[in-house]
Amino acid sequence: MFIIGERINGMFRSVARAIRERDATAIADLARRQVEAGASALDINTGPTSDDPADVMVWLVNVAQEAVDVPMSIDSPKPAVVSAGLRACKRPAVINSTTGAAEKMDALMPLAAEHGARLIGLTIDERGIPRNAESRAEIALTLVARAMEAGISPDMLFLDPIVLPVNAAQAQGPEALDAIAAFRTLCEPAPQVIVGLSNVSQGVANRSLVNRTFLTMAMGRGLTAAILDPNDKELMDALRTANVLLNKEIYCDSYLQTGAV
Amino acid sequence: MTVDLVKESWPGKIFTVTLGATAEEGGTRSSVVKAGGHAALPFMPGDAPSPHRPVLAMQVLDYVPEDWPQQLRASLSDVVGSPADWARKCVEAHGAEMICLRLSSTHPDIKDTSPDAAAATVRSVLEAVSVPLAVFGCGNADKDNEVWPRVTEAAKGERCLMGIATPENYKTLVVACLADGHAVLAEAPIDVNIQKQLNILITEMGMPADRIVLHPGNASLGYGLEYEYSIMERIRQAGLQGDKMLAQPVLTIAGEEAWKAKEARLPESGAPTWGAAESRGPAWETVTAAAFLQSGADIVVVMHPQSAAAMQRTIAGLTTVEAKA
Repeated sequence: MFIIGERINGMFRSVARAIRERDATAIADLARRQVEAGASALDINTGPTSDDPADVMVWLVNVAQEAVDVPMSIDSPKPAVVSAGLRACKRPAVINSTTGAAEKMDALMPLAAEHGARLIGLTIDERGIPRNAESRAEIALTLVARAMEAGISPDMLFLDPIVLPVNAAQAQGPEALDAIAAFRTLCEPAPQVIVGLSNVSQGVANRSLVNRTFLTMAMGRGLTAAILDPNDKELMDALRTANVLLNKEIYCDSYLQTGAV
Repeated sequence: MTVDLVKESWPGKIFTVTLGATAEEGGTRSSVVKAGGHAALPFMPGDAPSPHRPVLAMQVLDYVPEDWPQQLRASLSDVVGSPADWARKCVEAHGAEMICLRLSSTHPDIKDTSPDAAAATVRSVLEAVSVPLAVFGCGNADKDNEVWPRVTEAAKGERCLMGIATPENYKTLVVACLADGHAVLAEAPIDVNIQKQLNILITEMGMPADRIVLHPGNASLGYGLEYEYSIMERIRQAGLQGDKMLAQPVLTIAGEEAWKAKEARLPESGAPTWGAAESRGPAWETVTAAAFLQSGADIVVVMHPQSAAAMQRTIAGLTTVEAKA
């Protein structure tokens, strides 16, 4: 599993404070703790900030990549901020994210190609969030086709079926899971499939339990990546166990005691 | 028609284990052995080239049983009984890059040699040769636990490979190796799950993952070779996929097992149709060892000089093949 740590996000109060005060130690610590817990990459999101978001993005990227040796996932709705973040990255990054809307793809796909970055594509377009797996697959196909035209190999593309909070859109759970399986069959080499996991439990009691249950179900359908909180130990234990049950990691009695695989 | 080579890349990498320490590192070896470091399955032209070739090690015994095969005895008659001379001959005459000393005589049912005498044997071999050394106990857990601390101390600073740690008996050995700067050989017979478990237990005691070599069991041609082969291959694949608890180099004690096979031992009078006994044993040993090279063995331990020569040729042949651009 490719795990993108979600914790460096200006939406969190402690991160917002660190950004305001340019507290590099706090951000570096957050970066290190996520990588130690098994993050393969770190999401960097400035959140709502009164500062210049491009400037904040560059600062966060520099602090994080000084502290750890993993790729950065540049997370911003603004292409100019994404571009600034990519230029600051020392190693190939991940762009989080484009949608299937033409305007977004036109702005972000050339950036991904130019920087050799992997690209997260949300299966949403001008018409909004699709209602079922078939409509998600349709947008996914558009994303794959446009990525190939832009010179991005399908295995550099992460398709995101859009996971919605279970308390608000319960019927969408199985649709998203069906979409994961469908995405894996779209092309060869198969595209990666990612979810923004915490979305499923937005505003829900027992968030961690809901997150880890959904994660293992999604892994069973072919999920290859997730944006999540790697410092949620029970979540990471469930992920490791799913890897074992899916024969992706060799079982032994102490498998949870080893570093993430 | 041009056929493109299928190239495979893996997310993980096999640890490089260094055995032997030169004067600068506090030892007295003139050469060190580096095993592992691979980023691909062995001998795949076009995949990531391996930084280190397989290592030819030769086995030396401090006790030779009565029924030791005649073909082995004949080839080593001048040195049997003196581990130091035996080791010197392996290095100087037969090109061994490493010596594996088996302290069989310490077994209570054999000679019950004392820990101090075992340590003296180890010292004598270290003085006789300047290549890295591996030292294995007799396999009796209680006795090994008495012998190991003395042996590791006698070889302190030489960065030997000490063994053999098993799931039932590893703690004393690991503590002794940590104290005296050696690496550990960890054995789980033909069981990938237990091998991983043992490695976790050993690393939890503080042994770095790059100071462990794996020994996934004993087998020879005709006697379970394919089981050990498959397990070794599975271990290597898991290591290359990123499982750090299975990403260690592998050692195979091919000689000891091959010479247990009746095909290797029987004299011509017992099996006239099997061909000359003189070459049959070395052939059995060589085929066993050569097969394990293909499944990822990084250190192959043989006994007969002819097998050592054949393995040198095999390793040279396998490691000089370059992929066509």
